[in-house]
Amino acid sequence: MSKTMFDKIWDKHVITGEPGEPQLIYVDLQLVHEVTSPQAFEGLRENHRKVRRPDKTFATMDHNVPTKDIFNVQDAIARKQIDTLKKNTDEFGVRLAGMGDEDQGIVHVIGPQLGLTQPGMVIVCGDSHTSTHGAFGSIAFGIGTSEVEHVLATQTIWQTKPKTMGIHVHGKLPKGVFAKDIIMGIIAQEGVAFGVGYAAEFYGDTIRDMSMEGRMTICNMAVEGGAKMGNIQPDQKTFDYVSGRKYAPKNMAKAIEYWKQFTTDDESAYDKIIDFDVSDLAPYVSWGTNPGMAIPVTGDFPAIKDEDDQKAYDYIGLKPGDKPKDIPIQWAFFGSCTNGRLSDLKIAAQYMKGHHIANGVTAWVVPGSRTVKEQAEKIGIDQIFKDAGCEWREPGCSACLAMNPDQVPAGVHCASTTNRNFEGRQGVGARTHLASPAMVAAATINGHFVDIRKEQI
Amino acid sequence: MEKITTIDSTAIPIMRDNIDTDILIPKQFLKNILKTGYGKNLFYDWRYEKPNKPNPDFILNKPERQGAEILISGENFGCGSSREHAVWALKDWGFRVVIAGGYSDIFYMNSTKNGLLAIILPKDEREFLAQAPADAKITVDLPNQEVRYAGKTFHFDIDPLWKHKFVNGLDDIGITMNYEQQIEDYEAKIPSFN
Ligand code: SF4
Repeated sequence: MSKTMFDKIWDKHVITGEPGEPQLIYVDLQLVHEVTSPQAFEGLRENHRKVRRPDKTFATMDHNVPTKDIFNVQDAIARKQIDTLKKNTDEFGVRLAGMGDEDQGIVHVIGPQLGLTQPGMVIVCGDSHTSTHGAFGSIAFGIGTSEVEHVLATQTIWQTKPKTMGIHVHGKLPKGVFAKDIIMGIIAQEGVAFGVGYAAEFYGDTIRDMSMEGRMTICNMAVEGGAKMGNIQPDQKTFDYVSGRKYAPKNMAKAIEYWKQFTTDDESAYDKIIDFDVSDLAPYVSWGTNPGMAIPVTGDFPAIKDEDDQKAYDYIGLKPGDKPKDIPIQWAFFGSCTNGRLSDLKIAAQYMKGHHIANGVTAWVVPGSRTVKEQAEKIGIDQIFKDAGCEWREPGCSACLAMNPDQVPAGVHCASTTNRNFEGRQGVGARTHLASPAMVAAATINGHFVDIRKEQI
Repeated sequence: MEKITTIDSTAIPIMRDNIDTDILIPKQFLKNILKTGYGKNLFYDWRYEKPNKPNPDFILNKPERQGAEILISGENFGCGSSREHAVWALKDWGFRVVIAGGYSDIFYMNSTKNGLLAIILPKDEREFLAQAPADAKITVDLPNQEVRYAGKTFHFDIDPLWKHKFVNGLDDIGITMNYEQQIEDYEAKIPSFN
């Protein structure tokens, strides 16, 4: 019987248990951050347990970091969580990239950047966007606090194997259309729950020709379509990306030899297949309050077909028939684990260069990690953003979830490179419009969304 | 996890249906960093008239009710948000057993992960138990799956797996540790690329 890449990695990690029941799975890497870990460490302490494999555990601070003045954490609870992570990692011997550390950043940005994320691994983190790491040909998923504790103590997790879904993405991406538009397009077409119960694997010529950064953006948002995991088979691009990074294998040749087995035999191995042609894909913009409420930039906002739509329109302050260009953009956010990597900032800067942001717009640029920030500064991207009137900030999650003072004001429409447009996500009453970095850059300059395929900006 | 075999304790009846996790612990108390410390805010909105001013009429505040380890309640206990904090709050207050007409799935799973024994009994039996005076002890006998009080015995069902966990004081981690040898064997075979 043919097998998917996912099946092959899964089978290699089963310690006990039969398919169809919860199986005990070995975890190769757990990433830890300050918000979902305190109770887990506390549980270990209460039960006099240790972290079984500190060498397979890596912690950073991201969710609560204020990105304007990184060392001045004013929110008392945020400060407590940050201090607690430092104390816990010291006590349990876990590596920590704390605030100001050269390796600090959003947990899903630094994993790949440091070479911690590798093909063939099982990776977990107390955060749903852990699916990002699946772009490297690994099994990666988000877990709850009790599970974080379980993995810390045992380096294993009980999981029932999901079904597999192949998402065949093919065609040449038009100019001005990006990985973000592909995943937004898939979710808009299939809905926010199409992946529930599945591990989604993206494949096809579009994926093959895509950069690792683009692949990460796609897998990152797989979870917005309900799939706990999104994966892509590893190839030479994957191996080249990992090679030479801080925690990459020393014997790369041997590692690659091993990783090469993780391929999908053929399409018959998937439990289900979805087909997605990108040849005519347009840039996407979200109009509502979940990532499936999105349309091509050329489209009209849809008619109200249920109570959810009504609620979404009430919240967002728009109406059916309006177009993306009618959204009065007053805020822009560049960053997050979806689009906070160097390539994302580069693309946004390209559009931004030589322009100034529209009157009355506030724009924040929040690099996904300290390294991204430093690399961007080295090539002068920070200056392009600053010259255009944007604020260049410290790395962290920032207004992606607004857990710190980094909030978008109530009623304000924000063009955002993030992944969730839920009510209140970017601040109480804030109105989020998801789009690619290029689209957000163009909207920031124009004060409204434009079709970047056509309009001269 | 603390073992539960037989518990002899006074009980507190709060016989409302659909007590949700928001009632058990409102969201403003979730930003803690511990699993403990939630007990003082258990049933917050019912328990306090104003911040720091306990409602003397609410049963949890009555001096004669302190120290009870059994909570008796209505149908669909623990519905609403999935917050594990609701179970942490009940445990932190001192409850070790809840006897209700039913539970939300997530609450029930969270209770098994945290050593809170959630028992289901029919309404007439719960009402009989709820009549017990403040100083009367009720016996919860998990090995025999019985609740006994005033000469009456009520049988309850429990999944053998959860019973095993509670009686032996095993949490999920404790259970997994039984596979220590397999985990070690697995680790010995992980390929090294260094
Ligand atoms: S950037 Fe946003 S989505 Fe990503 S980990 Fe941080 S809060 Fe979560």
